[in-house]
Amino acid sequence: MIRGAARRAAPIVVVLLGLVGMWYAAALALDLRAGQALAGSGASPQALIAAAWSLERPLLPAPHQVAQAVWSGLFGEPLGSARSLLYHAGVTALTAALGFALALVFGIALAVSIVHVRTLDRSLMPWVVASQTVPVLAIAPMVVVVLGNIGLTGVLPKALIAGWLSFFPITTAMVTGLRSPDRMQFDLMRTYSASGRDIFAKLRWPASMAFLFAGVKVAATLAVVGAIVAELPTGAQAGLGARLLAGSYYGQTLQIWAALIAAALLTLLAVGAADCAQRVLVARRGGRL
Amino acid sequence: MTWLSQTAPPALTSAVVEACDLSIVFGSGEHRTVALTTVDLAILRGEFVSLIGPSGCGKTTLLRAIADLEQPTGGHLSVNGKTPAQARRERAYGYVFQAPALYPWRNIERNVMLPLEIMGRSLAERRASAKRNLELVGLSEFAQRFPWQLSGGMQQRASIARALSFEPALLLMDEPFGALDEITRDGLNVHLLDLWRRTNMTVVFVTHSIPEAVYLSTRIVVMSPRPGRIVDVIPSDLGRDRPLDIRDTPEFLQVAHRVRTALHAGRSYD
Repeated sequence: MIRGAARRAAPIVVVLLGLVGMWYAAALALDLRAGQALAGSGASPQALIAAAWSLERPLLPAPHQVAQAVWSGLFGEPLGSARSLLYHAGVTALTAALGFALALVFGIALAVSIVHVRTLDRSLMPWVVASQTVPVLAIAPMVVVVLGNIGLTGVLPKALIAGWLSFFPITTAMVTGLRSPDRMQFDLMRTYSASGRDIFAKLRWPASMAFLFAGVKVAATLAVVGAIVAELPTGAQAGLGARLLAGSYYGQTLQIWAALIAAALLTLLAVGAADCAQRVLVARRGGRL
Repeated sequence: MTWLSQTAPPALTSAVVEACDLSIVFGSGEHRTVALTTVDLAILRGEFVSLIGPSGCGKTTLLRAIADLEQPTGGHLSVNGKTPAQARRERAYGYVFQAPALYPWRNIERNVMLPLEIMGRSLAERRASAKRNLELVGLSEFAQRFPWQLSGGMQQRASIARALSFEPALLLMDEPFGALDEITRDGLNVHLLDLWRRTNMTVVFVTHSIPEAVYLSTRIVVMSPRPGRIVDVIPSDLGRDRPLDIRDTPEFLQVAHRVRTALHAGRSYD
């Protein structure tokens, strides 16, 4: 079994090593000139390379620099500090989670009404699609300004933007899922003279779960993206988006890369949570969704 | 039939299903299809009636009309002396579809309990009914399995247990064994006949297999397509006890021959 695992892991490791190697090479190429300035004219090639890979503001930081920045950002700073990556990731995670929760409730409610009211299917669905064609970067500042004017500040405007992005996959997945039972399954309910509520609770809803989870995984990643985008124009002092913005203002490439990696980890965590919820349901259904 | 009404109480003679000059037309204009026309049929309590004919003869449409899943466009149709819609609301019948139509997210027991759940019965009653009916179709050991873990024949048996769970007096079956292999089908036929004998319910059974119709039925309704109609009604007087090898007796073959002749007369083989 261990040999099997090793055999499966081998190609992944090889690709990973290749990518890291290419990254180091690229970092060297981009940062060589600045490294030369740092090490002085008479430096040996080894010292030159070491200098290029340890700049404070490299054009492209080397992998170990990024790893170190992420590690010290996550665990090396006190939680209250503005330099704590864990704190900023927490702020973004809270926004994303709230936005996702709003999207889940609103997206499912929208799908249920679209499926049950024929006129809504024709009148609402085009707007649902249109809502996603508006660039979220353009919408975000307007939402923040308008809501700020009526006294809504803090996490809610940002959560609304995250929710704006992530309700769409949930709604479309649920509309498909609630309509997924075949005619025979509906006829069966009719022979029992089942109420509309029973048809929903015992047929449409359980049939839609496989579709819902497909949508939820996409929505979870979009909620993180939405939260980060929402942190850019809000002038936020906190959050991974704010770290990205501040990093690019001051040319702190290490800070940008660390925030990027933290955002990726956060997204993985969100998808992993959705996956866990799905596993629980699959287990209750005897192994299949 | 007149002598029956004089000797038996009315409840026994009243038809469970009665169709007079029934017709069903789908679509209109160029796409108009006459699915059923001038259908006259009375099915009495305790009968096992098969509807047989080639595809397009309207046998499934007739069954679906009895179940209030299709609406007649002409004539008269009653179930238990009421409109099909009223009968459906009173849950007068159990329906078995061509496919098992089990809900894949429910295990077999919970699938069988579904009708009683909708009818608001208590969990204890649902459990007892599921246990009884799964025993009846020989699936007791599989109560906790999920549909996809069972063979096609077992799934169909589970769907029969589900239809029986609320003890309907009328069982409507739409080619329930059509998708199964012949050996499984034989076994289920024996099962079904046994069930019918014990429960005294009325069965309306759609099939396109002549031996199956003759083996199971007390009466065989032969139908013909374009337009869908009844061409003959043939009694199958083989008695109530029917071992499988009755199918090799001259009496059986004679009824089968009559059915085949009627199908010919209806030009079903064109």
